[in-house]
Amino acid sequence: MDFLQLVADRQGELVGKTGEHLVLTGVSAAAAVLIGVPLGIVVTRWAATRGPVLGFAGVVQTIPSIAMLALLMVPLGLGVKPAIGALVLYALLPIVRNTHAGLTGVDRDILEAADGVGFTPGQRLRMVELPLAAPVIIAGIRTATVITVGIATLSAYIGAGGLGDFIVRGLSTGNSNLIILGVVAASVMALLLDFGIGLVEKWLRRRLHQDRKE
Amino acid sequence: MIAFDSVSKTYADGTPAVRDLSLNIEKGETIVLLGSSGCGKTTTLKMINRLIDLSKGTIEVDGKNIMDQEITALRRSIGYVFQGIGLFPHLSVAANVSVVPRLLGWDKARCRKRAAELLELVDLPPGEYADQYPDQLSGGQQQRVGVVRALAADPDYLLMDEPFGALDALTRGALQQELVKLQSEIGKTIIFVTHDIFEALTLADRIAVMHEGRLHQVGSKEEILKRPATDFVRELFGKPARQLKLLGEN
Repeated sequence: MDFLQLVADRQGELVGKTGEHLVLTGVSAAAAVLIGVPLGIVVTRWAATRGPVLGFAGVVQTIPSIAMLALLMVPLGLGVKPAIGALVLYALLPIVRNTHAGLTGVDRDILEAADGVGFTPGQRLRMVELPLAAPVIIAGIRTATVITVGIATLSAYIGAGGLGDFIVRGLSTGNSNLIILGVVAASVMALLLDFGIGLVEKWLRRRLHQDRKE
Repeated sequence: MIAFDSVSKTYADGTPAVRDLSLNIEKGETIVLLGSSGCGKTTTLKMINRLIDLSKGTIEVDGKNIMDQEITALRRSIGYVFQGIGLFPHLSVAANVSVVPRLLGWDKARCRKRAAELLELVDLPPGEYADQYPDQLSGGQQQRVGVVRALAADPDYLLMDEPFGALDALTRGALQQELVKLQSEIGKTIIFVTHDIFEALTLADRIAVMHEGRLHQVGSKEEILKRPATDFVRELFGKPARQLKLLGEN
């Protein structure tokens, strides 16, 4: 009962923090897509770059989130900037990896067909390879987004706001209901985004006629 | 005319695929490159539109060296039908057919009209098939789409790389007959690769027999059946020739 009372009392704040959290997640995921998809194309085109790029993105994943935030605070200060920086770095690996996997997975016959009828390499990438790889790329973006929602709760520690504020405040004041509010809200957001992007992925597969292979 | 002059292809690992091939392909003829797998026939075909680059010699298309032409322009000017069909699964039948015109910058209405015209030509009524997707078609229908896609920008030359190889015998026979009929209407120069002797005999004006990268003989069906130039050609056609003779005696 206490918990429901708390939710009712803090309705306005909940909406505001949810909004902040969404912006933090959205901006970071979007930036990770803008960097990650081209990187995925690069590592597919030039095999020599694959090791270093995937290696770097992999090492980033092993750095604990709190340590990463602390590291980025040094050059970027407090607030939203280092938070977004950290979130982008974490989101990169699934996007780069899936872009690479998606592009490599396009049927060789189809690529030869594209070359044979006279696509330029750029046209082939834009009109054949990326569309056919899209569902796999979207799946990577989906993973990245879910990771981002989770890690974004930690960025409250460096003053970036979001649902993590409830958790941090709950911890410091010993108010477990406040902690639960932050955790539940972030989990629901992660699940909804996962489901929503999953729908996009499914819709794309249907559109690309990849769901009823004989 | 397509002219091969002493053309060789050696792969990076040193394997020779085609050795010193000279061959003139005349305007309007259907020439079949015949041989078993690894004989160099597909390599020969793919050197024409530079899916594979030759190592030595020259290939001229209508008097122009292919190495002097812009590669995408060269490819768009030559129709190509693939062994693996190679339709784009994410594009509708109409979009597949008009993919080359689109690359050439034709407007939407003209592409649409051309696609309808071509689908009509191979008995795929556009009203029914234009907006379907490749995976909704049978293998035979897919390859019909593959054939007309190659014709979309009205190229003078059509390269066909074992296009009917993956189809069942019945469908293959039907498509061969359709190609003969189609060819009588459109009069393209067709270079057709196959390992199937009967397919070669059905389609060819001239047959070029290849073996281990060398051209053994090129000539009309009669010439090759009656006067095989090498032991290999004699062996290859021995059986069908005997069967044909048997049929003739009855």
